[in-house]
Amino acid sequence: MSADPGQFVLTLLQAVAMGLLTGMVYGLMALGLSVIFGVMRVVNFAHGEMMVVGMYLAWLAFDRLGLDPLVSLPAVAAALFVFGYVLQRTVINPFIGLPEHMQFMLLLAVAILLVNACLAIFGPDTHGVQVDYMFDSFNVGPLVLDAVRVYAALVALLIAGLLWLFFTRTRSGKAIRAAADNHVGALVVGLDVKRLYALTFGVGAACVGAAGALMLLIVQVHPFLAIDYTLLAFVIVIVGGLGSMSGALAGGLLIGVSEAVAGVLLQPSLKSVFSFGLLILVLLLRPQGLLARRS
Amino acid sequence: MLDVSGLDLHYGDAQALAGVSLHAQAREIVVIVGANGAGKSSLIRTIHGMHRPSAGRITFEGIDIAGQPSHQVVERGIGQVAEGRQVFPNLSVLENLEMGAAPRRARAQEKATLERVFGLFPRLAERRRQAAGTLSGGEQQMLAIGRCLMGQPKLIMLDEPSLGLSPAMTQEVFRVVRQLHADGLTILLVEQNVMASLKLANRAYVLENGRIVLSGTGPELLDNDGVRQAYLGL
Ligand SMILES: Nc1ncnc2c1ncn2[C@@H]1O[C@H](COP(=O)(O)OP(=O)(O)OP(=O)(O)O)[C@@H](O)[C@H]1O
Ligand SMILES: [Mg+2]
Repeated sequence: MSADPGQFVLTLLQAVAMGLLTGMVYGLMALGLSVIFGVMRVVNFAHGEMMVVGMYLAWLAFDRLGLDPLVSLPAVAAALFVFGYVLQRTVINPFIGLPEHMQFMLLLAVAILLVNACLAIFGPDTHGVQVDYMFDSFNVGPLVLDAVRVYAALVALLIAGLLWLFFTRTRSGKAIRAAADNHVGALVVGLDVKRLYALTFGVGAACVGAAGALMLLIVQVHPFLAIDYTLLAFVIVIVGGLGSMSGALAGGLLIGVSEAVAGVLLQPSLKSVFSFGLLILVLLLRPQGLLARRS
Repeated sequence: MLDVSGLDLHYGDAQALAGVSLHAQAREIVVIVGANGAGKSSLIRTIHGMHRPSAGRITFEGIDIAGQPSHQVVERGIGQVAEGRQVFPNLSVLENLEMGAAPRRARAQEKATLERVFGLFPRLAERRRQAAGTLSGGEQQMLAIGRCLMGQPKLIMLDEPSLGLSPAMTQEVFRVVRQLHADGLTILLVEQNVMASLKLANRAYVLENGRIVLSGTGPELLDNDGVRQAYLGL
């Protein structure tokens, strides 16, 4: 630790700022999980795996086509959308409404398949991207913010905004909310609930795919990140409140900050300690999550 | 317009409908009465495509729709005002009505239908921004009917629409049913309010333990001793 207390506070503030920026991307990742669970009560145990697939797709676009992840992001999100849509229609749909342990086994199988596919194709080594603004930064008062993190956070925020518009302004978005609100009512009015579920899974997958592309700006990808991200996404939505969109974003920010601060106060390899500590605290004191609408 | 014949429905091993046949001609009011658990809602949900019948035929305008999913049945022009209203509690009144326009067929005139629904139920217009879950029971029933109308049904099936409503609200529901009938809709009505609904009925059926045990015109059933004893307490 620094001997100068002023310097220490600055370091801490710097970590908080970085944590907030990374946390936006975490929030987007968790948003995908939250949307899927909120609508069809299916816990996507392959969420981190889908995140890593998004990262690899963005890396491929960079490696083969020289595309900045911010540029390839729409295509990565679209690819994950199609993957999620088709996966739901073919494999997951028959499991809707079945006991949770059966859904768990199914999605675990999907997760294992995805990780091992990544391992087979890309190997165990890490891959990253070198964009030309990699070492740029913005000075905000005394703080120095990495450009990559600022861009990633802004784009994540933009996507969350688009998602909000989708759910409140479009017919499909409202129909998804309706089906989540009252399943019988949705059948009564003649909504095609199966199609809406597939759409929801697609949207959730697109979110996590986009988050993957953004995350590649910040960290390097390897297959075993997947399990960490799945856990992280769970911690975030539980802290924020299952099924709550604003909760997922807030949870992402909180976890991002707690990781960064833990990195300063303890050491970077212990960064998860704070997140899990936070999780336990929330489970003890407010088990429905910080921003959950319903208990 | 609607022809049901030999309809069987099972929930697992339990038989809920056995050989149910009924008929509704265009612009008729058809009433189904029966005790709790007789299978009235099961019949409506099966016609609507929410349950797959184990036997029998359901033809609507000459097409067999038995076993088709609800969204296709609705698209053909069958609307349902379900038992328990089934509004979307966290969506606004307006969003609920918008969801009623789920069938593509109904989209082109969505604005005009909305004005018509607001004309029929001015309360809904006043509360259009409010979450449906905050409405009173009677208002929710109006919303459920209005939402159904948004889909521009030709046949509308109402499952105990006056259940749990005040006498004034019940009268209002019957007024609306007569109005819809006058507007040219065909109506299939399940009611616990046997007297009032049989008076409206062009045709009526008595359902017991999943079977049709009696049918006839409204006045015929009102005169039937069995009906008078079992359902009217006379
Ligand atoms: N989803 C379901 N799963 C299993 N059994 C059901 C289901 N719905 C209804 N039943 C059973 O089928 C029978 C008929 O029920 P149904 O709800 O159709 O009767 P109903 O005439 O509408 O009664 P009520 O007047 O109480 O609404 C009852 O014995 C009921 O318990
Ligand atoms: Mg019933």
